[in-house]
Amino acid sequence: MLTNNTREKLIKAFLWLSGLIIVAILFIIIAYIAIKGVSAINLDFILEAPRRAGKEGGIWTTIVSTVYLTLVSLLIAVPIGVGSAIHLEEYALRRSWFANLVNLTAETLAGIPSIVFGLFGFVFFVIFLQMGWSIISGSLTMAIMILPTITRTAQEAILAVPAEYRENSLALGASKWQTISRVVLPSAVPGIITGIILSIGRAVGETAALILTAGSSLGMPGGLLDPARTMSVHLYILAMEGISMDRAFGTAFLIIVLIVIINYLANLSLCRMSQVSRQI
Amino acid sequence: MKYLKLKSENIKVFYKDFQALYDVNMDIQEKRVTALIGPSGCGKSTFLRTINRLNELIEGTRTEGQIYLDEEPIYEKDRDVVGLRRKVGMVFQKPSVFPMSIYENVAYGPRIHGIKDRNRLSEIVERSLKAANLWNEISDRLNSPAARLSGGQQQRLVIARVLAVEPEVILMDEPASALDPISTSRLEDLIGELKKNYTIVIVTHNMQQAARISDYTGFFLNGHLVEFSRTDELFVNPRDKRTEDYITGRFG
Ligand SMILES: Nc1ncnc2c1ncn2[C@@H]1O[C@H](COP(=O)(O)OP(=O)(O)OP(=O)(O)O)[C@@H](O)[C@H]1O
Ligand SMILES: [Mg+2]
Repeated sequence: MLTNNTREKLIKAFLWLSGLIIVAILFIIIAYIAIKGVSAINLDFILEAPRRAGKEGGIWTTIVSTVYLTLVSLLIAVPIGVGSAIHLEEYALRRSWFANLVNLTAETLAGIPSIVFGLFGFVFFVIFLQMGWSIISGSLTMAIMILPTITRTAQEAILAVPAEYRENSLALGASKWQTISRVVLPSAVPGIITGIILSIGRAVGETAALILTAGSSLGMPGGLLDPARTMSVHLYILAMEGISMDRAFGTAFLIIVLIVIINYLANLSLCRMSQVSRQI
Repeated sequence: MKYLKLKSENIKVFYKDFQALYDVNMDIQEKRVTALIGPSGCGKSTFLRTINRLNELIEGTRTEGQIYLDEEPIYEKDRDVVGLRRKVGMVFQKPSVFPMSIYENVAYGPRIHGIKDRNRLSEIVERSLKAANLWNEISDRLNSPAARLSGGQQQRLVIARVLAVEPEVILMDEPASALDPISTSRLEDLIGELKKNYTIVIVTHNMQQAARISDYTGFFLNGHLVEFSRTDELFVNPRDKRTEDYITGRFG
């Protein structure tokens, strides 16, 4: 039998090791991609349009497409997601059938694999609504995919706002909507931004669903109805079709850089807004 | 001189199946302090919250009976609740400042009610903070976060925030329960000042406090208003045996 003390030490060692493994895995992946990718990266690789299916030139159009598609997805999903979160937390009666239905739907949506959304988007937006392979088809599909995350995180953020704020505001003669828009939502902004960051990660990383809905054209998208190839799709095609492994790694590295930049910007606005709204 | 500001008539409140108040009748005089005392859970807060119709925010509550403010019934189908709450301000037990600056906290009510002019807002903020005896301490940091104020300062800020709406009645639910003795006595002085212009209804657990600051006192027990009379009478000559037991500390 082990003494209590040894067992305690073993458990500690195991937990420490688990932590170390996570850090090591992350570090190895990033280091590997950086080492393999950095050689492909220079200013031209970032700022030039791809030529010969990506064998030559850069990846500029895919960077623009990624940002474009992600922004449009957010513009669609954030108002709807935050709106339904406000409805569920502030207006719907607890356990009303509609609230239950919306909750259940959000949960189910969150569990569906992205390729299924892709198939739906292809059949519905691309073909039935005749939007074709385009930024708008891709963004609508993406918006459906990230909606549950945005709704859930916004719901949690709204729920975490102290009930006293609401009572105090209403007792001062504010209407319900004034209370929500001036006190509840500003306090919930940090939580809502967390959901947005998670969603951006998902949109930037998506491939299959976007190939089906936004297509894989390498041209520069001029408008919502133009097809587009995002960085992740480009990476997938470069690697899958054996076009250039170096360039695939270069793209992968820039995806990581883009995610880091977006997280940084989001955190910055988070700090700025929470300084206004939270002020500890 | 005497003017009946508020009159409650057979007020009953139910939380789902639980009846928290039984036929409460009370006359509240204008520009007087009315104290509500009684053991924990007897319905003091519930009664206070019937006056600005705040109970109805809790799902499953039901209120019967009527309250008249300036002889106007407040429990009417098409009664403008927002207008009612402008006239009847409330200071809660736990001071809850909004996560904004000191200035924005006080300006919140006036802004809600449509005042946009910066000069006017500044005027209101200054006047309210002065009336709440807070101005001198914080006039140089109006833009700093309200949450950094001490508990006693936050309670006065909350009072300033209520005053900024220019109510006629101020409801206070144990406003001193989180305060130290010095802040408490300052708050009592402030209440003495405020009663020149406002009708005040205050819940307190502290019977000395009720005796010091109030003109009328109501004693609640298990949802019943057992006794209601002038404070000097109630504390010196309680009519009901239960009131006497309570104020002499025999129970509760
Ligand atoms: N939201 C609620 N749901 C159900 N019952 C409630 C609710 N709020 C209060 N009650 C019940 O109503 C009764 C009166 O409560 P109330 O808060 O008015 O008492 P109180 O006199 O203010 O007590 P205290 O001095 O402890 O603040 C209590 O029995 C309480 O449990
Ligand atoms: Mg109470």
